[in-house]
Amino acid sequence: MELVEAIILSVLAASTPLLIAATGELVTERSGVLNLGVEGMMIVGAACGFAGAWLTGSIFIGALFGIVAGTMMSLIFALMALGLAVNQVATGLALTILGVGLSGLIGAGFVGERITPAVHLFIPGLTDIPLVGRVLFGEDGFVYVSIALVLGVWWFLYRTRAGLILRACGDNHVSAHALGYPVLRIRTFAVMFGGACAGLAGAYLPLAYTPFFIPGMTAGRGWIALALVVFSSWRPGRLVVGAYLFGAVTILQLHAQGWGVGIPSQFMSALPYLATIIVLVLLSRARSGGSTAPAALGTVFVPDR
Amino acid sequence: MQLVLEKRAERSGTIALVSPLIAIGLTILTMVILFAILGKNPLLALHAYFIAPLTDGYSLQEIAVKATPLVMIAIGLSLCYLANAWNIGAEGQFLIGAVAGSWIAVRTQGTDAGAWVLPAMLVLAAAAGALYALIPAICKVKFGASEILTSLMLVYVADLFLDYLVRGPWRDPHGFNFPTTAEFDPVATVPLLIEGGRLHLGSIIALLVVAAAAILLARTIKGFEIRVVGAAPRAARFGGFNANQLVILTFAVSGALAGLAGVIEVAGPVGHLQPGISPGYGFTAIIVAFLGRLNPLGILIAGLFLALTFIGGEQAQIAMKIPLDVTKVFQGILLFYVLACDSLILYRFKLVFPNRQVTRGAG
Repeated sequence: MELVEAIILSVLAASTPLLIAATGELVTERSGVLNLGVEGMMIVGAACGFAGAWLTGSIFIGALFGIVAGTMMSLIFALMALGLAVNQVATGLALTILGVGLSGLIGAGFVGERITPAVHLFIPGLTDIPLVGRVLFGEDGFVYVSIALVLGVWWFLYRTRAGLILRACGDNHVSAHALGYPVLRIRTFAVMFGGACAGLAGAYLPLAYTPFFIPGMTAGRGWIALALVVFSSWRPGRLVVGAYLFGAVTILQLHAQGWGVGIPSQFMSALPYLATIIVLVLLSRARSGGSTAPAALGTVFVPDR
Repeated sequence: MQLVLEKRAERSGTIALVSPLIAIGLTILTMVILFAILGKNPLLALHAYFIAPLTDGYSLQEIAVKATPLVMIAIGLSLCYLANAWNIGAEGQFLIGAVAGSWIAVRTQGTDAGAWVLPAMLVLAAAAGALYALIPAICKVKFGASEILTSLMLVYVADLFLDYLVRGPWRDPHGFNFPTTAEFDPVATVPLLIEGGRLHLGSIIALLVVAAAAILLARTIKGFEIRVVGAAPRAARFGGFNANQLVILTFAVSGALAGLAGVIEVAGPVGHLQPGISPGYGFTAIIVAFLGRLNPLGILIAGLFLALTFIGGEQAQIAMKIPLDVTKVFQGILLFYVLACDSLILYRFKLVFPNRQVTRGAG
């Protein structure tokens, strides 16, 4: 029983950064922008988040540092891809290359340092309930924020007028522009939201997942988050399912290594990446009837005057 | 007052030519600021980065050695990008090529195998790289899965596979438990061009690849198809060109070149298989491809320039204790400026005054 609880807890912990980053990217992509720089924004968020927490001793301020760092990175992307109409794929790659370098530079002074990780919620009586107590009432703040984030994004996209306009920009920017909506400004906000989420997701890693910073600690999670958005068919509900499934695969391979299954550890470590490929293939195949992606995703828009 | 983009009537040839130079200039300017922030003398740092490596023969050879894999990979990537196929997993194809070639080297170690070993390694590495690149290409063509994500995921898989081999079955029994294979035999090593130097045969192969790509793009129907499919997909369809077939072809060629670069790296400068044989060549090659304007000759020059930043970065670290990550930041910023300047080929900036309607003819 305790093992089941421990596994669920670790799955939630492993899924949370994926869920946060993917939720941000989902909003970005729903506005018609493909920002491939999630990995770069996350890793800078991780470095700045750790720096913030180490300097101030506050996890909350660390998380804020991560959010601000991710947003600043996404502004570079917005300037290039929206302001200068540069190819979004190339710009996203550039953002990741820059982010990896920047995070190494920022984090260099903090390698080997430790902080006290984010505290877990404790409500006497509730957290003590066997099996579900710690899962529901004993998580760190990031986990609750990630759930609130998905619910908020769902509500925004499907229940508000602003969400409808954002989706309109993603499906047909020419029509949205003709109706008088400021397509580029809306997309800039969507990109910034994606950056803020990626920064927060990155900050989660050194602030709650492991209490120290190592260069390259995102280990491709930004790319997996991008794949999750495809997996979710650009819908927040399915994103939750996808993120927890991927978290489960990650934890499965960790536990399998611990149980001494006779498979080399490297093969188990490769599982999440292989699973991503398989899922992408199966989903893309199942969707052969028609794409569910925002129709204008990744296309350049320069308003006519 | 507002700054907006306006599409040019036709692409500007002048800017197409000078935009990489503007980008390099802007990058150096940004680096000066970064050096100042890091508390280093910007002029000394720039000297260490860009001038010092050009002043001694050893460093010059080292630049050619570093440029070899960059140019080979970038040539392959440029074919993909021209055809609008996004292979960003060249790093993985590089590693798989290195692994495949090393397999022959490891199996023939200590035997009296003859001169066939090295050619066999090169061929096998190219084939393995091509096959590895075909995975995302086929997933794309058959199932519509994003080749960007699948090719990138395979980088991590290749990295772990190499790690497994050198820590497990291929580990040098006399290597003090270090994760590495034994040093390759002379027949499994890329010959040096200058006795006692660093320059090796791989650089000649890279030059041949550049020439072949230049001929392919400028003088053959296939090259024309690649360019049309990327630049004008609709026209390509009317012309009866098979875009899917070109995705497969360009991925296979770029995978083969990356694999070849991988084996040349392990059988040349490194001399054995170990983790970390690549300081991100597969990703830096993306910058090389764009900086070289997806043009073979341009890529050769861009490859040499980025190799210079690798060597300069190492020298700046030794001489001035400037962190190696500065080189990565430099490369990332450079790619941004290159892309931004490229935008000026198709668009021009225009000041718009919303109050006064400025309506002069488009021009």
